[in-house]
Amino acid sequence: MSPLKATIRFIVNGERHTVAVEPIKRLLDVLREDLHLTGTKEGCGEGECGSCSVRMNGELVNSCLVPVLQAEGAEIQTVEGLASSGALHPLQQAFLACGGAQCGICTPGMLMAATQLLSLNPNPSQREIREGLAGNLCRCTGFTRIIESVIAAAAPPAGPARQASHAR
Amino acid sequence: MRGNPAAHEMIAPPTLSAVLELMASQPGQWTPIAGGTELMVAHAAGRLAAGRLVSLWGLSELRFIQSTPDTISIGAGTTFRDLRADRGIASSLPLVARASSWIGSIANQSRATIGGNLVNGSPAADSSPALLVYDAEVELISTRGSRRIPYAEFHTGYKLSVLEPDELLFAVHMPLRFQAHRQYLRKVGTRRAMAISKVALGATAMVVDGSITELRLAAASLAAFPTRLFGTEAALLGKRIAPRAIESAREALVAEARPIDDIRSTAEYRKRVGANLLEEFLLSLCSGETTE
Repeated sequence: MSPLKATIRFIVNGERHTVAVEPIKRLLDVLREDLHLTGTKEGCGEGECGSCSVRMNGELVNSCLVPVLQAEGAEIQTVEGLASSGALHPLQQAFLACGGAQCGICTPGMLMAATQLLSLNPNPSQREIREGLAGNLCRCTGFTRIIESVIAAAAPPAGPARQASHAR
Repeated sequence: MRGNPAAHEMIAPPTLSAVLELMASQPGQWTPIAGGTELMVAHAAGRLAAGRLVSLWGLSELRFIQSTPDTISIGAGTTFRDLRADRGIASSLPLVARASSWIGSIANQSRATIGGNLVNGSPAADSSPALLVYDAEVELISTRGSRRIPYAEFHTGYKLSVLEPDELLFAVHMPLRFQAHRQYLRKVGTRRAMAISKVALGATAMVVDGSITELRLAAASLAAFPTRLFGTEAALLGKRIAPRAIESAREALVAEARPIDDIRSTAEYRKRVGANLLEEFLLSLCSGETTE
């Protein structure tokens, strides 16, 4: 008996889904409980830590603060949508290579925030990376290796600047 | 305690007029929710009192930035990402652009709306000092019509406003008459991102021959709601910027401020930092720097 349930249709990582859930149910919980996509993590549950970051219609959002009713018709990308045909996304490879992940709770959110940043700014400065990831907290790495991971995954600058950055 | 999703009804009417009809037919029963950056936090913590919510997210009638030669109008459903990305806002209302850039994080800015920031009515609201020193007006609508009032008259107490139970905040209208003014906005918090202000100060001023001929000062977290500092303004109007005038302005601010002690700071700290920010602004007027 749930007179309050709503039918929500949306696209997650390219696949169409339909769920019947309470309209205020958090997108985070729908992803984890109804779609069994448990890559998205809950940290604080109040929009402070960014662990639950996903991309919705091309914007970075905290899925713990999105009532699923507001995701009706949306295109959502979660960390499960980064790797394609078994190959890790360049950001995932960089996090592995640079030690950007330790306990792993923040990592999916970091990857989604970094994906969002690089989609708008393929070659960010360190300051821009710090701002792009400012809503994502990590309690293990001290952030330095995460920032190095994003630098490593970013497109190298074109032309002579590329030489200079390699020489550094 | 966790919120129970089954304890809340939520609907998303397709148009603004359908929302207004609903609020008119059952005034006070439906709580508007836009980007959810405040109400969903309350829900997660199990302290969302509202049993029935009406979603405003995605209503195109509320999400716009419209410019005329003398005004920029911002729809209440405009997000802080929208505001940051708008070139007209950046060039004509730089304090609004700056305030938008330091609200929460990117993920919060992509959901939080200017209307939500004002209607939520936090004393620490990040957009408020800029709106106050730019003489913003707010437009409120219901099925009964619309009305415009100075934003400075919108808040009436802690988390209280002049909104009637059937009314929505529709838009914020910003007059473009401050381009020649010296402008200042600074927020003091525990870190650059994701911090709720301990105190914030905004200012616009005209200085002619070393004297202040026009002045607006506004603060967050120095009272129960964001407010102009009329007493401090009066202490400075017509004065030359000199050590004595700065000292009496500091005293006026400390006398006028009504901050509180809470988990983020103390009343005493807020008064002193508020006075320091004011002094920084006044000294910048002498040195020729226009913004912090």
